[in-house]
Amino acid sequence: MEHARPARAPLGDGARRGERQARVNTGGRRLTMKSGINIVVCVKQVPDTATVRKLRAEDSTIDREDPNSSGVLNELDEYAIEEGLRLKEAHGGEVTILTMGPAKAAETIRKALAMGTDKAVHLMDPALHGSDAVQTSYAMAQTLKKIGFDLVILGSESTDARTGLLAAMLAERLGVPQLSLANKVVVDGSAISIHRVTDYGYDRVESSLPAVVSVVEKTNEPRYPRLKEIMAAKKKPVTTFGIADVEIDPGRIGLAGAYTEVAEFAVAPPRAAGVVVKDEGDGGVKVADFLTSKKFI
Amino acid sequence: MAVSRLLPSQEAEDLLDLVRDFADKELASRVDEHERTETYPEGLFGTLGEIGLLGLPYPEELGGGGQPYEVYLQVLEELAARWAAVAVAVSVHGLACSPVAAYGTPEQVERLLPDMLAGNVVGGYSLSEPQAGSDAAALTCRAEKVSDGYRVTGTKAWVTHGGIADFYALFARTGEGRRGVSCFLAPGHADGLTFGRPEAKMGLHAIPTTTAHWDGVVLEADRLIGAEGQGLEIAYSALDAGRLGIAACATGLAQAALDTAVAYAKERTTFGKRIIDHQGLGFLLADMAAAVGSARAVYLDAARRRDAGRPYSLEASIAKLTATDAAMKVTTDAVQVLGGYGYTRDFPVERYMREAKIMQIFEGTNQIQRLVISRHLAR
Ligand SMILES: Cc1cc2nc3c(=O)[nH]c(=O)nc-3n(C[C@H](O)[C@H](O)[C@H](O)COP(=O)(O)OP(=O)(O)OC[C@H]3O[C@@H](n4cnc5c(N)ncnc54)[C@H](O)[C@@H]3O)c2cc1C
Repeated sequence: MEHARPARAPLGDGARRGERQARVNTGGRRLTMKSGINIVVCVKQVPDTATVRKLRAEDSTIDREDPNSSGVLNELDEYAIEEGLRLKEAHGGEVTILTMGPAKAAETIRKALAMGTDKAVHLMDPALHGSDAVQTSYAMAQTLKKIGFDLVILGSESTDARTGLLAAMLAERLGVPQLSLANKVVVDGSAISIHRVTDYGYDRVESSLPAVVSVVEKTNEPRYPRLKEIMAAKKKPVTTFGIADVEIDPGRIGLAGAYTEVAEFAVAPPRAAGVVVKDEGDGGVKVADFLTSKKFI
Repeated sequence: MAVSRLLPSQEAEDLLDLVRDFADKELASRVDEHERTETYPEGLFGTLGEIGLLGLPYPEELGGGGQPYEVYLQVLEELAARWAAVAVAVSVHGLACSPVAAYGTPEQVERLLPDMLAGNVVGGYSLSEPQAGSDAAALTCRAEKVSDGYRVTGTKAWVTHGGIADFYALFARTGEGRRGVSCFLAPGHADGLTFGRPEAKMGLHAIPTTTAHWDGVVLEADRLIGAEGQGLEIAYSALDAGRLGIAACATGLAQAALDTAVAYAKERTTFGKRIIDHQGLGFLLADMAAAVGSARAVYLDAARRRDAGRPYSLEASIAKLTATDAAMKVTTDAVQVLGGYGYTRDFPVERYMREAKIMQIFEGTNQIQRLVISRHLAR
């Protein structure tokens, strides 16, 4: 996969401020697209950020089956689902939900289906427990190869692990372009272009389909599930795959072979007091310095 | 923390999850502003309709949500826990749909109901008059038969959503006595229909309550719902269900007050310990929790009877009386738990207390509920 890395556009040129363009070479891959776009949105069940999150003492992994902890759909994935639904509404096709997780993750699948997506694939296998980002991307890529796609959409990170790596790893493993950190996605025929959020504005990145896109927060306004869809969700197909079904090599997944290891963990200390600027005639400058150091100005 | 509920289906669990999420994001975030400035939440009922919350207890064939009352009322409870005025207006909308659903001709049902249940149009319920509240049969607004329908003349009072609703279930006289009242599905806007200035109320500020002046408004003949003279029967049949709606709203309000009070009592310390650990205050909270639990239990019992097709009029009155009295007591005690802070608008409990009061008054005052209950006993 090649990235054209065009020069940075001069700042301050009016409406196109901060826009630069990149084209991603797709190597002439053929689309599965017949009518409409075959969209797969990857979602993850994560511990509710509003609750106290705990790791399991024995292996330092998140307890994803704790019946008392409320698992929720990773918030960023809601934007990914909404983007998928909008693209489907504009171009036709189908939105399939893909999740990897224990049985409890079915809750998240139901929520995603209730937002109006068409069907779901649940990759569930005890052997997957403890897989890190590299292993997860392998398992997800195997599943995606099996189910096929024109466009894979992900949230740019999950609120639990926050590695933000999956989209890139998936694109690499699938051999398709990655269009990351999008806050706008436009598909035109077999071409896709996004606005990638940057410090100075956005980059416009284009490629052809198939591709992997990750979306950032506030890309859109995710719809609420509707009662009618909640009722319809019961009838939508959910396929459950074990690792053998999608030809995952058990040696390449799971806690034992993980590339990363949690050596130690501790509860975050309470937030420290903020910076107090004492005005000795130079208060304004100090505040400006502080804001500059945080890249606000 | 979310109230733990026994729900009859997975679908109901998912619905309640959705409602909690929606209510946290769209109601809890806006309620203070709108209640303080007495401004109507534009657009909110459109969203409620889109999600499917404005036709919940009606059959799916008619465009409703096909949910049992047991589930519908718990949805109302969650809404009321964030914003009582909105929950009440949702309940009133449900009430306003019921004459057509229960007494409409197949043609009226097909023509009118889908838009009503989808929430494309929002309804009000106009029974009360200035001189006829508890004694609804004393109403005097007239619907005089004319060649092309009915000409309505008179003043209605206390119309929730008055001036904003798209239609009203309107009760007016076509004759004398108890059998002289008829029910109409009237439009929200018409020549000769005007609304008074919104009442300056103690609470429920975001949704206007107004008088409505009908000055010779002509309604087409096919706006009559049921037979001429069947109006009071229709009004009272809807009220049993409406009372359950108010019982659920009151329970939600009480739950919100309890939650606020408990959270506060765990934070606030006096004499070296958390106030919840002072037995005198801990027991106050315990009584509040018991009142909320019993309010929920009685309205759910009545709802399950309704869902099972059993008579539930007595139970609906018991539920309305119990839940709204509980809400008044619990919200007043919540102010007590927060001490001086509870008396300020920096905390929501004074609002809950103001909102609880109306629950004891509308849809049949609690004196009228006792009248209904004692009449059942005297049978
Ligand atoms: C905010 C708000 C919204 C409302 N929304 C609507 C609406 O959408 N649609 C609608 O039609 N109406 C609505 N109402 C009207 C409401 O239902 C009436 O106010 C209520 O029924 C009481 O009627 P009243 O105010 O005329 O009181 P009255 O009937 O005059 O009662 C005064 C007092 O006398 C008591 N009393 C009356 N009769 C008896 C009796 N036989 N035995 C013992 N005590 C008795 C009552 O309990 C009360 O304490 C609303 C009212 C309010 C305040």
